Amino acid sequence: MTTTKRAHVHDRYGWRAWLGGFFSSSIGLKWLMALTGIGLLLYLVAHLIGNLKIFFGVDPVTGAYEIDLYSEALRTLGGHLVPKGSVLLLFRIGLSLMFIIHIGSAVALTRRNLAARGKGRYDATRHYAAANYASRTMRMSGTIVLLFVLFHVADLTLGYANPDFVYGAVHDNMVASLSRPIVALFYMAANVALAFHIYHGAWSLFQSIGTVNPKYNSLRRYFAVSFAAFILLGNLSIPLAIWTGWVS
Amino acid sequence: MNLSLKIWRQASPDAPGGFKTYEARNVSPEASFLEMLDELNERLNSEGEEPIAFDHDCREGICGMCGVMINGNPHGPQDGTATCQLHMRKFSDGDSITIEPWRATALPVIRDLVVDRTAFDRIIEAGGYISVNTGAAPDANIIAIPKEAAEASMDAASCIGCAACVAACPNSAANLFAAAKISHLSLLPQGQPERWSRVVAMVETMEEYFGSCTNHGECETACPKNISIDFIAMMNRDFIKAQFKNFVRIGQ
Amino acid sequence: MTETNTTLQARIPEGPIKDHWDTHKFKTRLVNPANKRKYKIIIIGTGLAGASAAATLGELGYEVDVFTFHDSARRAHSISAQGGINAAKNYPNDGDSIFRLFYDTVKGGDFRSRESNVYRLAQVSNEIIDQATAQGVPFAREYGGLLDNRSFGGAQVSRTFYSRGQTGQQLLLGAYQALARQIEAGTVKFHSRAEMLDVVMKDGRAVGVVIRDLITGEITPHSAHAVVLATGGYSNVYFLSTNAMACNATAAWRAHRRGAYFANPCFTQIHPTCIPASDDFQSKLTLMSESLRNDGRIWVPLRADDDRAPNDIPEDERDYYLERQYPAFGNLVPRDVASRSAMRMLDENKGVGPLKNGVYLDFSSAIDRLGKARIEERYGNLFEMYERITDEDPYTVPMRIYPAPHYTMGGLWVDYNLMTTVPGLYALGEANFSDHGANRLGASALMQGLADGYFVIPYTIGEYLSDWLNTDPVSTDDPVFSEVVDEVNTRTERFLAIDGQRSVDDFHRELGKIMIEHVGLARDREGLQRAVQEIKAVREEFWRDLKILGTSDSLNQSLERAGRVADFLEIAELMAVDALNREESCGGHFRLEHQTEDGEARRDDENYAYVAAWEWKGENWPQTLHKEPLKFEYVPLSQRSYK
Repeated sequence: MTTTKRAHVHDRYGWRAWLGGFFSSSIGLKWLMALTGIGLLLYLVAHLIGNLKIFFGVDPVTGAYEIDLYSEALRTLGGHLVPKGSVLLLFRIGLSLMFIIHIGSAVALTRRNLAARGKGRYDATRHYAAANYASRTMRMSGTIVLLFVLFHVADLTLGYANPDFVYGAVHDNMVASLSRPIVALFYMAANVALAFHIYHGAWSLFQSIGTVNPKYNSLRRYFAVSFAAFILLGNLSIPLAIWTGWVS
Repeated sequence: MNLSLKIWRQASPDAPGGFKTYEARNVSPEASFLEMLDELNERLNSEGEEPIAFDHDCREGICGMCGVMINGNPHGPQDGTATCQLHMRKFSDGDSITIEPWRATALPVIRDLVVDRTAFDRIIEAGGYISVNTGAAPDANIIAIPKEAAEASMDAASCIGCAACVAACPNSAANLFAAAKISHLSLLPQGQPERWSRVVAMVETMEEYFGSCTNHGECETACPKNISIDFIAMMNRDFIKAQFKNFVRIGQ
Repeated sequence: MTETNTTLQARIPEGPIKDHWDTHKFKTRLVNPANKRKYKIIIIGTGLAGASAAATLGELGYEVDVFTFHDSARRAHSISAQGGINAAKNYPNDGDSIFRLFYDTVKGGDFRSRESNVYRLAQVSNEIIDQATAQGVPFAREYGGLLDNRSFGGAQVSRTFYSRGQTGQQLLLGAYQALARQIEAGTVKFHSRAEMLDVVMKDGRAVGVVIRDLITGEITPHSAHAVVLATGGYSNVYFLSTNAMACNATAAWRAHRRGAYFANPCFTQIHPTCIPASDDFQSKLTLMSESLRNDGRIWVPLRADDDRAPNDIPEDERDYYLERQYPAFGNLVPRDVASRSAMRMLDENKGVGPLKNGVYLDFSSAIDRLGKARIEERYGNLFEMYERITDEDPYTVPMRIYPAPHYTMGGLWVDYNLMTTVPGLYALGEANFSDHGANRLGASALMQGLADGYFVIPYTIGEYLSDWLNTDPVSTDDPVFSEVVDEVNTRTERFLAIDGQRSVDDFHRELGKIMIEHVGLARDREGLQRAVQEIKAVREEFWRDLKILGTSDSLNQSLERAGRVADFLEIAELMAVDALNREESCGGHFRLEHQTEDGEARRDDENYAYVAAWEWKGENWPQTLHKEPLKFEYVPLSQRSYK
């Protein structure tokens, strides 16, 4: 085999690298996944905290459910400075973009990885020593979460998937929706998948953005475990509360 | 001990390959894995069957020539050990062992267990060096380098280029290999002038051939030199920093 | 054997030795930068010498083609060197100097090297460290950030730079990176899995080589203005050696057959600290760095056939024989002395281990003195390697070591310019003979390979090339090329056509046994004569009964080895003949007939202070001996004493 000078010379620096190079590189895509991942994690926290208001019951002053007031507050963010619902709309656009970028990057990387792997497969069962169940099933857990999110939006935001849906009556909608055993099971299964997804993702993102120091590396795993556990327990508490009748 | 070996045979890069099973008899536990294959090859040769081709050279775990998938483990079951340093005492009588070549699009099989790893050279050629002409170097002690930095650089530099990291990776990524070389040089003061162009050039070349890192960490456990995936994180950090640094640099 | 008195033109510069290199560089004709690209140079081998030469010649602007039989330049066996590289920096302030490094090397080589070459080696040693450091070689450092040194066998100063136990790896990667840079720049064309099988001559000079592509089997001619061989040594003639499995003498031997004289083939180094063989199927021996002798103490049981476990043998029943015999240097005597002492212990039935084929190298007192952590920091990776191979923990059980063939000081004869007796053909590194005399000191091989490649050949090659300005290399269409291509093809097919019974390794193993027994650590006339006969017999048998399967048009590792072993079978005989001729003991060449009363080597400077350069005279032996007399003006001839 003979090597000569490679034919193409990359335009490696400058603005073209920014647009063409960085974001089309696998490391750049992993950066995007990590950054959108952080955004989605923060959203999960906010979403959970908001939803936990279902345990707060009825506001003694207005007589409305706390969680209904919370949803109203979201719609009136920005007060009289902006049209009603516009800030929430911006949040939703941002959230959708994060989803699209996160998933788009994952699809692009998956395609490249399958191409890099080629057709050859090991005959012997691979003995994965470091890769764990969560890391190897990111695509699967991600897909489950995506399907659930689509249903979740149709169910509780748009109401298509909930015959008893009443716009603005968050508490009643949730109770009505999660009282259906199939829906509650799907909800819980999706949250388990989400927890697996976070277990790897919340660890992996530090690696992707290069936050590394041998002294603190072990903390990354604790962080990921606690984060996943917090979201899982928090989210599961709601259907369980509805099932047991604690919230009705 | 007696072993049953299931070995990948492939006559040429384009030929279809397949597994063949061989019985290895009276294998000494003191023998190395490759010596066990030597013995088998001697027998095949005398029986009129072409010996199994496998890459190997120094048999001291440093040249990086050897490397096969042994029962689904790159370089076999022993941690931090290249195939040539693996000894048969790690196996038991009656074991069956599956021996396969590294598999990845960028590591095509040449014959039997021999694969083409020249894509690694392309990555180094893209920038895995410090541009210093012979004779132009200042006195070696003119720059003091903190011992910690020198040691960390040496940790990265101990890579032997065997490609077990690629073989182990579910994505066939070469990030550990590239990161080891990038970090070896970027941890040293001498490597600073080209640090930001190097990381971009090497990463781009790497990605022409290999998959992407999804942080499984398999490469680290497969590595016969136990090179840490921390170096991959350092490469990722440098890669984005380089976008800014290079942007500023062309404005100068 | 026939002898001639033709003087070999060593081209040693005139004047005081310290000015030789400067004078020579000044007098050497230069090739102007614009003309360099008109010259084509072929380099065979990508170890320290080959890679550094290719990179440097590429930087200078020459058109370079480099060939290796490996898949990458980084695989060459230089990578296995563990201990370190010497330089006369005198950073530790212990009295080192260029002259002392020169002196130690000439003395360590037992006065059989060329003073002028060695002095140059010592001079450029410091530049190598500078160059390697600038390339990013991570040498070990002190806490203050400056470079650390350690001591090594054969020297009483600390002048060895090291990167853990992987110095060769790091230096080779440095050279490989420099080479990669030139490949990217387009000045060097790199050919992997390409083995050189012959040199092509025209009008008495080298004009190219014939290469076999190891994947496709294609045999192709390549032409150039000059050919540089950097193809290492021939220790694998012993079958079991510390060399990598593919190390071979084919390039050098083919060049020899085309007219390059082969110098001092009997000077081989048997390294004292290797892991003893564990069974009959052993394929190679593993070296443990000589640096272990800095802190390890070598001993055997005081009485013969002692079967007790090492830790059960009390202190007063141990014989620390090196410390006893050589109080001044102790465990740090040069390699040849340490190896022979170990051999004597085995002769006295004091060998240890299951096969009684080793001596102990004990770290317990160093661990008591320095703590396990310090020992681990210094030798951790070597200890791990030992444990992987032997399944014994050297922190608690003494290591077992025994000498094994390791390095060959002999090689192609070269002049001060590193040119062989064939004009236009150069030999660098271990492939030449010039710097280590009859014994190489530790950490000097890396130094020599890099000195030749980075700092010598780039200057000296201009002297020859300037004669050929504005001439094209001989066309590969010239009949001289097709003739050699045909010869190589014929030879390759011949291996396949023998269709005998025995494998190539079988012959190689048989040759190795003859060599280690008769041309190994100790030699005598009768044994050497027998060796010559036995080698001839094996060679004949080889060409009659070899069995190589497969074809020549694909990757065929047995076929590759057949060519190499065929050449070993020829060089082996020359080694024995040279050893017979040299009626003295010096360095690695120990003739039982020539020893002092206490068993030390007895040199004969009156009759043998020369380089024995052998000329190939065709298939029909004997070959012709040429002598290059050696003069020692700066290091007075003396009996080495390490007591």
